[in-house]
This record gives sequence, structure tokens and C-alpha cells, in this order.
Amino acid sequence: MQFNKASSPYLHNNNNITAVMQRVLLALVPGTLIYCYFFGWFILVNITIACVTALISEAIMLSLRKRPVKAYLSDYSAILTACLLALALPTLAPWWLIVIATLFAIIIAKHLYGGLGYNPFNPAMVGYVVVMISFPQYMTQWLVPDHGLSLIQTLQVQLFGSLPGPLTLDGLTSATPIDSLKTGLSLQQPISEITQSPLFTANGNGWEWIATGFLLGGFWLIYKRVIGWQIPLGMLLAIAAMSFVFNLANPDQYAAPVFQLFNGGTILAAFFIATDPVSASTTPRGRILYAIGIGILTYIIRTWGGYPDGIAFAVLLMNMAVPTIDYYTQPKVFGAKGP
Amino acid sequence: MSSNKSKLWSFPGGLHLPGHKEISTRQAIGKNFIPSKLILPLQQHIGEPSEVIIETGDRVLKGQVIARANGYVSVPLHAPTSGVISSIEECAIPHPSGLAAPCIIIEPDNKDEWITLDKPGSYKDLDPSALRNRIRDAGIVGLGGAGFPSFIKLNPGARTAVDELVINAAECEPYITCDDMLMRELADEIIQGIRIMQHALQARRCLIGIEDNKPQAYEALSNALRESGKDTIELISIPTIYPAGGEKQLIKVLTGKESPSQGLPLDIGVVCQNVGTAQAVYQAIINGKPLISRIMTLTGEGIKQPGNHEVLIGTPVDEWIQHCGGYQDSVKQLVMGGPMMGFNLATDQLPVLKTTNCLLALNEAANSPAINAMPCIRCGACMEVCPAKLLPQQLYWQAFAKDFDKIQDYKLFDCIECGCCSYVCPSQIPLVQYYRFAKTEIWAQERDKTKSDHARDRHEFRLERLEKEKQEREERMRKKKAALQAKKGTTNEKDAKKDAIADALARVKAKQKQNPAESKNIDNLTDEQQQKINDIESRRQKQDSSTEKQPDSNKTAE
Repeated sequence: MQFNKASSPYLHNNNNITAVMQRVLLALVPGTLIYCYFFGWFILVNITIACVTALISEAIMLSLRKRPVKAYLSDYSAILTACLLALALPTLAPWWLIVIATLFAIIIAKHLYGGLGYNPFNPAMVGYVVVMISFPQYMTQWLVPDHGLSLIQTLQVQLFGSLPGPLTLDGLTSATPIDSLKTGLSLQQPISEITQSPLFTANGNGWEWIATGFLLGGFWLIYKRVIGWQIPLGMLLAIAAMSFVFNLANPDQYAAPVFQLFNGGTILAAFFIATDPVSASTTPRGRILYAIGIGILTYIIRTWGGYPDGIAFAVLLMNMAVPTIDYYTQPKVFGAKGP
Repeated sequence: MSSNKSKLWSFPGGLHLPGHKEISTRQAIGKNFIPSKLILPLQQHIGEPSEVIIETGDRVLKGQVIARANGYVSVPLHAPTSGVISSIEECAIPHPSGLAAPCIIIEPDNKDEWITLDKPGSYKDLDPSALRNRIRDAGIVGLGGAGFPSFIKLNPGARTAVDELVINAAECEPYITCDDMLMRELADEIIQGIRIMQHALQARRCLIGIEDNKPQAYEALSNALRESGKDTIELISIPTIYPAGGEKQLIKVLTGKESPSQGLPLDIGVVCQNVGTAQAVYQAIINGKPLISRIMTLTGEGIKQPGNHEVLIGTPVDEWIQHCGGYQDSVKQLVMGGPMMGFNLATDQLPVLKTTNCLLALNEAANSPAINAMPCIRCGACMEVCPAKLLPQQLYWQAFAKDFDKIQDYKLFDCIECGCCSYVCPSQIPLVQYYRFAKTEIWAQERDKTKSDHARDRHEFRLERLEKEKQEREERMRKKKAALQAKKGTTNEKDAKKDAIADALARVKAKQKQNPAESKNIDNLTDEQQQKINDIESRRQKQDSSTEKQPDSNKTAE
């Protein structure tokens, strides 16, 4: 008998990248459904726009780079980038803004750096930062809750910009709690006064429920060992610690830890964005350092920076530090001497 | 079973693997199969190949030495049955490289006639070094897989005694059951073999580590221990986690001690031996029988009758498998060793070796990594299961980039190639293959470097010598010239040269005129003379070319 040669091991647990990406997508479902419950069809329309753009651009880039299109398209990595981007961008962001962000994420941040596994920067965050810098006026167009628009009306608003009946764009947009906090603080209002607005009490709570949905998904990912606990915990602890200290010192100037953790996409970022394995640190200690870095930078940019939220910048900045972190945080090998 | 409550430690990483062990433990160990020929490679152990001491056509008896140990790290090789040496030649051997190596081929006469066996009686009368010599003379190597000569590992070296002798009965790889069956059927021999090894090492205590998926073997060993009296041997059931049967992993689990990275267990006072080796030691010391056969598992979904057999070393794989009912039609690949650390064979026309513990016929074709593998997404799944606490994802990256300096910063040589990383990789990258490649490349580079250092030294020496010769020549010329000038006095140099040439020409012309038709002595030669001249010519040429090859050999100055 003659046989083919190959190197051991000859067994595999049959895990694959597609399954990993699918689990992450599944974990996004609870948060996304709660998003729909509070804000209607808009987010689903946005996700669809981003996914279609991502799949088309991914297919084109793969064929230009002479890679097997079908095998790589079915790994769901482009879909995941698109979903995260759509969830991070403002709900009322125009369709072309979503398209530009997605194209930038897939073409520039992913494929020009070598495609899946080779991108040093988180593609979704690159796409986000590009539109945040280029079109800042659209980046605060968040939707009011309870607007009562149907799917058809939603499509009309998102695709053609035609508002039904008496509605105006101003009437439909609203700041997020974290935006209005920043605006209020810049107007020298104390936090106790800012948080009296209905945004922080009744309807605004939607954002905290959405964050809770993502938190559930995130716990499930840790339970399923798709992600480690180091990055989410490190990032959330760093933000909590920073806000705790400053809030303690001056509660009228600095928001409380719970507010910081459950607003501005902190939970989504901690469990789904900072954990992108390709661009994150890969050693156990390195992951903790990387996550703490993101947490601290996020807090600094949020509190003293020019942008309402700093997660995207924090993630990209820490992406740059990854090779250095990884090199200096190698674990002690089995049987190695000394500490 | 109080020994079950011993405190256990754990090693980093590891995997729960499906065992597939039950398919080959349903029947007793098969025996007494003599194939039509035996192919015995001279190197079945780590170290120098054995040295042939018989000739083609010799009749040999079962157990007779056919190749002796060559150097310290070497063991002899014995005839597994009586028969005639049909040839000594290069044959394909089971090795990941698929290379051929020198082998002794025996045609059995089916009489299975033993040599006279030398039984020492009681091992307790023998001192440890005499025991080691007997174990060496019996050709015993580590039967767990590595094949390191056992007598060396039974030498405590600079230490007068070791703290612990660890007996590896874990058998952690899926499918393999040869140690399991051996323990079930020959537990007494194992325990006695362990006592002999303990005596050779002067080990204070002995720990037998057995995975908890082998209750019958545990029971058998436990009974054998009870019958042989209470003492310093402890039987310990350990959790079934792959690779608990790795030497350093097992020592950690049983003793809590970590063998030093790049070091030996002996450095921390521990020696680890396999149960199969213990049984072979028993046979060698008590019965005087050398290592000529061993228990091997033939298993896998691609085999009609899976089971364990006592197989003569050198039995061709195809004959053995046919003897056991042959393959299923669905068979796709054949692996020697286990599915995690074994290597697959390109053909079954190869012999089994002293280190062969298992032949595994699988129905799944070997993965073709070029088609299936996706890029590494640095998820770190490999890192979590790595028992050596390495960063397989970083090692892969450096191996892929062929950065062989950096990869050593990431401790490539601490990798035991257990395959856990490849098993869990969601991108299905054949990670271990990359590490093997990097190790081989580094070894090759080191060899080349030693070679080129040597060559450079020789080259520099040659340049130095040539320079010295040149200086000496110039010195001589200068002296000659000075002497000539002194002799000729006022005559200038140019004229002197011209005169010399003219003189020489005149001499030649005079000579030619004198003997215009003088025959040369090499004309009109007999055939015999011509032959002689040719011989001398060819010898001279050979000599010339050999001196050219050795630039540093002493050449005479012109």
C-alpha cells in the first residue's frame, strides 16, 4: 500500500475561523435586538448597508489579490467588521458615511496590510476614525428613541434622506448621554444638573440596556472560550478605576464609574472590539497591559480630549504598542529558572 | 487504594482528547508470528549505529548479537529469531524523512532456536554497574518512543543516588494501548523490572503514574505490588490529560518538580522510565533475554482486526497487517506511533523498530495544509493548551518569516512537539510542522557554521603560509642578485641577463647539431613498458589532485 505523507498531529478538534466569527456574531444578537427595541429598524438597515459593502469590497480585494474568494468570504470576518462598524457609528449616519467607513476598513485597513490576520490596526476602528475626522458633523446624529417610524419610513430616511410628514432631521436626532454630558460640562454645568435632563432618566436608559445586552453576549463569549477575560476585564477595570478616583475627587466635574462603563459603547468595545485577536496583544500579561492602556486612554480622551468618545483612538494607539508589549511579556516557559 | 489520594500537581495547558482505546483492548496480546523476512536497521536508538559483526550467509540463532554497540551512546542488536543472514544493505526505514539506512536482513528458518541464555539468578547480587552492562548488552532502549539507550538513563552519574524513579504508565496518546495491555497481562514482570531499575539507580522511592482511563491495568499493577510486599513503590492514578505521558509533564504531576528548560530530569534528581522498558529489563536480567520483540498496537478505523501483538523487531509492516486480517477498504493513511506525535508512512513495506509502539490506520486522509490552512488570527488558543508555556502563535510567525534568531528568543527548543497547538488551531495551521522545519534549519545552519569556521581557519592559515613563502622567495632572490652583482662587479644588470640568454641559446643549438637524430628512450616501447608508464602517470596525477585538495598539506617550495 502507498499513502500520502503529512506532518503530525493527525487529529483536529474541527474548530475553524468561520465558527469563531459566527460565535462572535451570535454574541452580538442580544445587544442588537435591544437596540432595535429602543430605536427601531435603523440599526438593522445600517448593518445591512455595512455588510453588503463589506462583502462586495472584500470579494473585489480577494480577487485582485488572487486569493480564493469563496473560502475567505465565508470566514465571516468581513461581516463581523461591518457589524461592529454599524453598531459603533451613529444611528442616523447617512448611508454613504457607512459605506465610506466600511470601504476604508476593508480595503485600506485590512487588505492593503495583507488581509485577514495581517492587519496591525483594528479595521472597524480605522473606518470609524476616518469618518469621525472627515465628517464630524454627522458623528453626533444619534436617533431619538420612540420615534415610531416603520421599516419603509426608516428605509426612506436612511437611503433617500426623505423625512415623513412633519418630522425634521433635528426632531429625529438627539445627543447620546455621553455627548450631552460633554456639552454640558463645556458650558460649566455641574453633572448633577446635566443629568436632570430626560435623556439621563427615562428614554436615555435605552443605551444602558443595549450595553447590558452586549455584556451578556460578552460573558457568553468568555464562557465559550472564544475570547479571554483579560482584555474586557482590564479595560473595564481601568475605566472604572479612573472614573472612581476622579468622581470621588469632584463628582460635579467627573461622571460616576457606572455611567462611564455603560455609555459610549464601552461594553461593546471591551468585549467585541478590543478583543479582536489580530490587532490585540497576544500574551496573557500583554493582553492585560493592552486593555488597561485602552481603558486609560479612553478615559483621558473622553474627559479632556476634543472628541466625545475616545475608544477608537485608544484602540488604535494601543494597536501600535502591541509588538513591543508582546515582546516584553513572554511568559516564563515550563522549567525556566528564576522569576 | 490509599495511593490514589497522593497529592498531585498539574502541568500547564494540555487537552482532553477522545481516547479511541477500547477498539484495540478487546483481545489478549497476540503472539508467535514469524514473518518471511526481518529487516533490522543498525540504528534503532539515539546515538551511534551498531556495528555489524556477522556476514551474509551466516546462520544466526535467536538472541545472537548481530551488530555490536559502537561507542558509548550505542547498544547492540540481536537476531529476533533463528535464520540466515540474507543480505546487509541499504533499505527504506520508517523515519519522517523517508530515508534509507543500512540494515541486516534475516531469512527466518522457523525453528526459532535460542542461543544459550545467561541467567544471573538474583539481581540483588549484582552491583549497579554490572546491571547496567547487562541491560546494555541486551540492547534495551527507551520503549516509550525516543529510543535512548536505557543503561545511560539508569546511571545516576555524579549523584550517588536519585530521589525518584518515575515510571511512565500514562500512555496519554489516543489509540495506543500497548502499555495498557502489557500491564494487564505482565504486571508481575513490570514490578520486578522496576525493582531492578530502582536497584541500579539506588532510587529512594519509585512513583508509577498511570492515567485514570486504564482501570484494569491499574488493578493488575496494584495486585502485583501487593503480592510483592509493601515498600517504596507507589502506584498513582493521574487525570487523563494529554500530554500527561510527556516525561517532564509526568514528573511535574507526580512530584511537583519542574525539570529545567533545556535540561534533564536527572538535574532535579529524577529519572523517568517507561513500563515497557521495565518489562524488557526484567526479561534481560532475570531470563537473560535480549530485546528482540515488543508489544505493539495495531489499531485505527482502517484495520480489520485491531489489537495488540508481541511482534519481532524488524517485522515488515505489510506482513504483520496482512497476518492480522489486513486493512479496511476505507483506509487512507498509516501512522507509526500515535495520532498526535507519530509520523505517517508513505508505504507499508517498512520494518517495525524497537521504538515502534503503534501502527494506526486512519480513514481520514492526511490534511493538505496548503489547501485547508487559513491565516493565523493570533487568537491564542494554541498558547492556552501549550504544556511548555510557549507562545506558539509567535513561534509560527517567526518560523513563517524564517527569522531563526528571533524564534530562539521565543524558546523554540523547549517545544516538545506534542501537537496540542495544531489540534486546537481554528485556522488549522500545521504549526508543529513549522517548528520542526525551524529546528532542522537551525541545526543545519549550526553545522554549516562549524564547517565554514573550520574552512575559514584553514583558508587564513593558507594565506599566511603563502605570504611567508613569498617573503622567503623574495629574500632568496635578493641575496642571489646581490651575490651576482658582486661577482660581475661593474657589468650592469641588463647586459648580464642578455648574455645569459645568448649563452643558453648557443648551448641548445650546439646540442641539436651534435645529435640531430638521437632517438628518445621512450620510443619503440614494449606494451609492458607502456603500461608501466601509464600507471606511473595516473598515479602522479592522482597525487597531484589530492595535494590540490589539501591546501594545507606541506608543499615543497619551488
